[in-house]
Amino acid sequence: MNKFIPYTARFAVLPMENVDTDQIIPARFLKTTDKVGLGDNLFSDWRYDSNGQPKPEFLLNKPFAKGVEVLVAGTNFGCGSSREHAPWALQGFGFKAVLSTYFADIFQNNSLKNGLLPIVISPETYQLLVASDAPNPGHATLSVDLASQTVTLPDGSTMWFPIEPFAKYCVLNGVDQLGFLANADSDISAYEQTHATRVDTVGL
Amino acid sequence: MATTPQTLFEKIWNRHLVRPETSETPAVLYVDLHLVHEVTSPQAFTELRQRGLTVRRPGQTIATMDHSTPTTPRNAQGIIPVLDTQAQAQLTQLESNCRDFGIPLFALGSENQGIVHVIGPEQGLTQPGMTIVCGDSHTSTHGAFGALAFGIGTSEVGHVLATQCLLQSRPKTMEIRINGRLSKGVGAKDIILAIIAKIGVGGGTGYVLEYTGEAIRALSMEERMTVCNMSIEGGARAGLIAPDQTTFDYIKGRPRAPQGAAWDAAVADWQTLVSDEGAVYDAVVVLHADELAPMITYGTNPGMGIPINGNVPTAGDMADESARAGLAKALAYMDLEPGQSLIGKKVDVVFIGSCTNSRISDLRLAAQVMQDRKVASGVRMMVVPGSQQVKKQAEAEGLDEIFKAAGAEWREAGCSMCIAMNGDQLKPGQYAVSTSNRNFEGRQGKGGRTFLASPLTAAATAIAGVICDPREILG
Repeated sequence: MNKFIPYTARFAVLPMENVDTDQIIPARFLKTTDKVGLGDNLFSDWRYDSNGQPKPEFLLNKPFAKGVEVLVAGTNFGCGSSREHAPWALQGFGFKAVLSTYFADIFQNNSLKNGLLPIVISPETYQLLVASDAPNPGHATLSVDLASQTVTLPDGSTMWFPIEPFAKYCVLNGVDQLGFLANADSDISAYEQTHATRVDTVGL
Repeated sequence: MATTPQTLFEKIWNRHLVRPETSETPAVLYVDLHLVHEVTSPQAFTELRQRGLTVRRPGQTIATMDHSTPTTPRNAQGIIPVLDTQAQAQLTQLESNCRDFGIPLFALGSENQGIVHVIGPEQGLTQPGMTIVCGDSHTSTHGAFGALAFGIGTSEVGHVLATQCLLQSRPKTMEIRINGRLSKGVGAKDIILAIIAKIGVGGGTGYVLEYTGEAIRALSMEERMTVCNMSIEGGARAGLIAPDQTTFDYIKGRPRAPQGAAWDAAVADWQTLVSDEGAVYDAVVVLHADELAPMITYGTNPGMGIPINGNVPTAGDMADESARAGLAKALAYMDLEPGQSLIGKKVDVVFIGSCTNSRISDLRLAAQVMQDRKVASGVRMMVVPGSQQVKKQAEAEGLDEIFKAAGAEWREAGCSMCIAMNGDQLKPGQYAVSTSNRNFEGRQGKGGRTFLASPLTAAATAIAGVICDPREILG
């Protein structure tokens, strides 16, 4: 995971609530054993017709979608399954952050593990972004700064967003959480010594 | 000295703290049982290899093949043929990963293979008070035993493989109390669909749900699993039901259940796993079982559910513009009209299966309806047992013969058409009544349209060929 660098980016607005992980990346693309190429199938069923041709009316097929780095979406983004393929696909397309009024738990967790920022915004900010995008879709920009936990909106105003301190530390520094857990080894061993193993799967 | 009353969740959480949460770092939570399947684990094993790590507790880990496995009948050699090369590669990789890292595996076709959330309880691995995780959101199923069980992503699968721990922030708690008794023809699936219809698909986000009340106590373990299974469809990663005699009776004698003196000690401990009198939840929701009817979904998320004899909502029923847009989009996809009834709607497929409703009691319910009846012409009915053990039991009881005589397909165990990544899928435009858990656009096949319902409703619909209130068939 790379260190976080503040950026200014164009955004695309997907004005739908409850965008589920089956839309983000349908299950048939989960037969892969790596993370490569998932971006090509991001929102596949909305993006391609039955012949595999791009549907021109879908957001990510519009000319402005090329190079867009932030997705703004309706509430409860990422609901459904635990597939980490969802953030992998979003990143594979080129997204660095998703802004929504709230995120499904597992999607949020998975995103942070990969440095894809799930940024929680107020309904007012969401409306402001939808409105500022409307005149010329995909052309307005916003800026994301993780250190100060702020997004600078197209009108120049700044909003603060919440993020768990530890996740922030990891994303800012490009540190992954497995290293931190591995360093807890002595505590884990101590726990195991005082807590009997509950089950044994060996021999099943 | 009086101690602060604790919820069941708090008791389990506190027992598993390797390190408590601080203002800077999440808690380090110990995991008792890790369930692994072929779809969400390959990249985690790759990570372990790249870092030169081992699996810390192979004996607290169990793997099975379920998601991408075909459920087509065995060939003359007794083999379930995998025709999809990508799926085969994924299965082969799980086999080699389990071999290399010493993890027990229920491979395709083996006697204990099945859906990951069916095999844990079946083997007696799922026990009260445990922490259980899996790279699958329906891990909430195991909460039926009073275990804290939730889905994780692939990065976290790697964390648990390597350290047997997870970094977790403490969730909030919500009590969902179901008072009263269910009427005939109304079951566990209807309870959970009614709950989700009430709280919405995001209503449980950030919470662990605890299901309480008379109607929950009256449920069998398999019915409780159905309820807890769909906690995630309300946004909650975990759902809990306090263990009781029903729980203990279910576990006793299973392959990995404690035995002898260890059994008595375990039960004594499990009996303490209840929310204390006066324990405080962050939120409380109450439903009345007596008021519930068989439920069915009309839309493209599990919160879009109505009583089967009700009507599809109209724009006027929606709270705001965004919800109206959501309803319009869902009804356009489903090709339904606002305000219409679903009763009598023709369906193409009926699917009985999935980690929600593929256990022996589900199959018995469906068989009870199918006995001496025929699947309506033009309807494809698939019955997919949750595991090889469920399949064996059903065959011993002759349920397979009832289904086959009715004209239904009796399949091998797996996730099947719930996830539609294994060859079992709807064709574009087809309507299905499914006992599974998700009706998202394309979930059961690109362009497919899903009505979620109970096994009784699904079986009744298969016979009628159109959506049917099961109470009419039960008489």
